Amino acid sequence: MLCGGLLIKPLFSHGYLPGYRLFFCVLAASALMFADQHFSRMETLRAQLSTVVAPIQWVVSVPSDLLSWGTVALSEQQELMDENRRLREKMLTLSHRGQRMASLQAENAELRNVLNAAQKRDIPYITAELISLDNDPFSHRMVVDRGRRNGAYVGQPVIDAFGLAGQITSVSAYSSRVLLLADASHALPVQLNRNGLRFIVQGAGRYGKVKVLHVPDTADIRKGDLLTTSGLAGRFPEGYPVARVTEVFHDPGRPFARVTARPLAQLERSRHFLLLFPPPRKTEADSPWGDSLAINGAALGSAQRIAAALSSPDAARMP
Amino acid sequence: MARTSRVSLPVIWLALLLALCLQVMPLAEGWQIYRPDWLGLMLIYGCMRAPERVGVLHGFVLGILLDLIQGGPLGQSALVLSLLAFLCALVYSRFRTYSLVQQAVLVLVLLGLVQLGEQWMRTLWGDFSIHLAFLLPALVSALLWPWLATLLRIIETRTGAK
Repeated sequence: MLCGGLLIKPLFSHGYLPGYRLFFCVLAASALMFADQHFSRMETLRAQLSTVVAPIQWVVSVPSDLLSWGTVALSEQQELMDENRRLREKMLTLSHRGQRMASLQAENAELRNVLNAAQKRDIPYITAELISLDNDPFSHRMVVDRGRRNGAYVGQPVIDAFGLAGQITSVSAYSSRVLLLADASHALPVQLNRNGLRFIVQGAGRYGKVKVLHVPDTADIRKGDLLTTSGLAGRFPEGYPVARVTEVFHDPGRPFARVTARPLAQLERSRHFLLLFPPPRKTEADSPWGDSLAINGAALGSAQRIAAALSSPDAARMP
Repeated sequence: MARTSRVSLPVIWLALLLALCLQVMPLAEGWQIYRPDWLGLMLIYGCMRAPERVGVLHGFVLGILLDLIQGGPLGQSALVLSLLAFLCALVYSRFRTYSLVQQAVLVLVLLGLVQLGEQWMRTLWGDFSIHLAFLLPALVSALLWPWLATLLRIIETRTGAK
């Protein structure tokens, strides 16, 4: 009886239907993939759909949350007291530094006033906590628990306690996805802290290593140099530490030196991050993050004016 | 046919969502490559047990959910899982007559095929090199199949008897 049922059923209701369904699904999936790659409007659709899977993400993060809660609840009192003492000491040092910071800031503002330079503005931020790392072993991304409702936006810089961590690439209602600077598809403009040389830092697809691109053989860059964000391109604010140079290798057969660096942010260990917001602009023409771009813009403008003046024949006749 | 239609749709969806959770559960960096393809396994089980209910569309929807969680190109897993469901629909009547070991070998072939398809699609989207390690999840899943199938069958009969 069973066999008869089995034989007849597939012949009449499943002989051709799955094929049509597969055709439809393949078509839909291909269209989705194509749209996802080529149209930026898909970001919003994706963000809205991501809200559907938020419960699953929450369920998945429960065990690790329980585990971390359990380690705190079950750890010994002595350990906790030690940690508490260490944190107090650290807080004391930091508050000491903070007090000096206030006077330094005032001094800096005064000096900038004297030099007639624009004031540096404070950068607002919100904290964010790690929800999950990407399961894909071939990419370096993570999900944090702040989304559109908290003000996060695509392209927002993310830092941890030690340095720049990456930027937000997609935002849903209550969580967002962060592309870490170690990912092979991430690059950002940096500056040597020691002498202001500017380079591009690209991820190498590993957590502990990034590449510094297009370094001339004659450039003054050494092992141990600190790379900070340069603020060019306007996506990241200026002056945040990014990486420390670990190796400079001059290959005579190649046009550029091979320079590798180690990200300062603890990409594998940090659970708490800060999302930075551009400070409120005073005027429309202000650059989003600070004055450095405005200065560059002014310099560019005057350079263009000079070039125009030199190239025009009227200017040549003028005394 | 009474045997297969006893499994109700909510129960199937619950099991598939549970498998989805297992699929995206965080794992240590070095272990991710050994993660069994939970979603694929559960989808195969569903397709074999209730072919008139679980099919290509289930695979498609679950794949979309997986893509949303993992953040890959939208539709990639959807394509892969609908292909898997389709292959299951092709072979399910034969699959049922097999012993557990033969079934495990067939699971290896099915999952290996769809993983190969996924790797091909990855090469389409960017510079990515195919490495034979992509067969490891299929292998682990195939080793796990006899236990999983037995366990699910027991759960089914227990809950069905009540």
